Amino acid sequence: MPVKTIRQALHEALEQEMRRDPRVVVIGEDVSGGAGTEGGRDAAGGVLGVTKGLIKEFGEARVIDTPITESAIMGAASGAAVTGLRPVAELMFSDFLGVCFDQIFNQAAKFRYMFGGKARTPLVIRTMVGAGRSAAAQHSQSPYHIFTSVPGLKVVVPSNAYDAKGLLIQAIRDDDPVVFCEHKLMYDLKAEVPDEAYTIPFGEANVVRDGDDVTIVALSRMVHYAGEAAEKLAAEGIECEIIDPRTTSPLDEDTILESVERTGRLVVVDEATPRCSMATDIAALVADKAFGSLKAPIRRVTAPHTPVPFAPSLEKLYIPDPDRIAAAVRDVHGYAR
Amino acid sequence: MSAAITAITMPKWGLTMTEGKVVQWLKPEGASFAQGEEILEIETSKITNVVEAEADGTLRRIVAPEGATLPIGALLAVLAPEDTPVAQIDEFVAGFVVVERPDDATDASDTVTPRELEVAGRRLRYLELGSGDEVPVLLLHGFGADLNSWMFTQPALSDGRRTIALDLPGHGGSTKDIGSGDADAFVDMVDCALAELGIERVHLVGHSLGGAVAALVAARRPERIASLTLIAPSGLGSEINAAFIDGFVRMARRRDAVEVLNRLVHDPALVSRTMVEDVLRYKRIDGVTTALETIAHAWFAGGRQTRDVRAEITALAAPVQIIWGRDDKIIPVAQAEALASRLPVHILDAAGHLPHMEKAGEVNRLIRRFIES
Repeated sequence: MPVKTIRQALHEALEQEMRRDPRVVVIGEDVSGGAGTEGGRDAAGGVLGVTKGLIKEFGEARVIDTPITESAIMGAASGAAVTGLRPVAELMFSDFLGVCFDQIFNQAAKFRYMFGGKARTPLVIRTMVGAGRSAAAQHSQSPYHIFTSVPGLKVVVPSNAYDAKGLLIQAIRDDDPVVFCEHKLMYDLKAEVPDEAYTIPFGEANVVRDGDDVTIVALSRMVHYAGEAAEKLAAEGIECEIIDPRTTSPLDEDTILESVERTGRLVVVDEATPRCSMATDIAALVADKAFGSLKAPIRRVTAPHTPVPFAPSLEKLYIPDPDRIAAAVRDVHGYAR
Repeated sequence: MSAAITAITMPKWGLTMTEGKVVQWLKPEGASFAQGEEILEIETSKITNVVEAEADGTLRRIVAPEGATLPIGALLAVLAPEDTPVAQIDEFVAGFVVVERPDDATDASDTVTPRELEVAGRRLRYLELGSGDEVPVLLLHGFGADLNSWMFTQPALSDGRRTIALDLPGHGGSTKDIGSGDADAFVDMVDCALAELGIERVHLVGHSLGGAVAALVAARRPERIASLTLIAPSGLGSEINAAFIDGFVRMARRRDAVEVLNRLVHDPALVSRTMVEDVLRYKRIDGVTTALETIAHAWFAGGRQTRDVRAEITALAAPVQIIWGRDDKIIPVAQAEALASRLPVHILDAAGHLPHMEKAGEVNRLIRRFIES
């Protein structure tokens, strides 16, 4: 099985779907880039190179560079989706969602409902999330919980290259708007990825590791930190089950609940801020529907309720790490009433 | 005699295995055992299985403690006669060199990775192990499976002989465009594959649907067939678990997959999380569901087996044996029992539809004895 990075997996998903379906178009700032510069067209290929090369095969009509105006990108893409295309729009940094929130939150997400089910909006919004590059407070957030809170949007948070390809193809084939959140520190992360096209259904969590003592639900990059913590804890005799929901909307509640019913203990790990977040949402779900199974309080390991710091030392403290996850697991594991 | 000292090493089960964990020693140090007795249990990321004694012997030294995770080829234990001096055992352990893993070899031809061949414009994946002058073995998997289902079988047969495990069309790494997907189409493909591989004479081993394909290939080319081993084959009756076939074709989520795959085995513990994930990864590939629907329709229309191969089998001049799990929940073992008066039939206890995985040691011995006689 060939090994590919997340960047390659995403590129392959776009390329294969664009070949399969002429309605699939890519639109955004610098998705090819370079027009009028020395580098020429395709000089950028997306801010992290995911869309590089697409313009050569598919041309300007399907790989559309836009001015720096998120509201126009999302407005154009939403309209194009309703009228028959299947756009993959790039909202470079998810931190910029405020500029185009109306187009996403009040337009694309509502079309199907407002038009009595007669309108479909097959729109994918690719966007970067995550801290860790010292990109400061305006380029480092993980606001997938904001998208998740909007009925009518589907939200994908892949943690590895295999999932990234299968979920992006699923997103492109889906008839509803999907926000696809790529962690900016993971583009070079490798995994085995089939050459063929494949889809992963939404709302199907991935059980990353089996264990009977504590359930860890982790998202995006935190899945890997949870794995590191679980390795350490296994040496101490604590076996963690790690669940990666893969999509936050729809959320695979059953897999989480069934696991907690078995382990009786839950730690949720989320790089986002804690108020009204996925960590809080999943903790509430379990408190509501599996309270009788709980042997210990639920612990959330999250960023603090502050902007992401610029200083590398502070940013390091801000992001949850394997030690904090392990400490939370030990805490719930050793809990006695 | 140092020649009588042998090693138990970490086996390689399946394409992706790089290391295994010693779960439990089932014999204590110093114990003697007979061929076929269970020596230890090994767990990989995909599967747990026991290592059985290949011959009678004595477990003189346990090198790998329970819980140890070791690479393929690592020394696990030393077997030697009871009168072998301890110093010689020490010397053997000290001098043991792990055979370099093929993955690390610089010569690409040594690597144990699947290859592809093309038949009538369609791509077929296969895994070749072993070489030698003995008549080669061709292994054909069942419906929805792939060459990995022979992970315990193929290495045990590849000593001094070419063994080839083929992914049937629509399966594993082979093309998902399968044409009609019926018996003739499969037989054509396998027949062409044998020619492409330059195999003149062959021992055929087929499981389930692959068993029926093997029987039909044998019927078409009787002069090429040295022997035929059928493991819980289709084609020996009309009854089949239609809910399984239907469930396998339709399953898309882990919960459904666990339920469907559990029907394959006697002990559901064999169905690990990663095994389920592997099946789902295959099922998610574009074209697979359509291919499986086409095959199911061609072979099992109306929830019955529609291609009977009993006449072909009984007319064969080459020796035929049948192996079945007593607890087979997919194809009833009664279909084998009905043939027991005419053919050697081996029914294995505590095995379901996958006896070659659930009772690997026993099945390997049955096949080896059959093809070596």
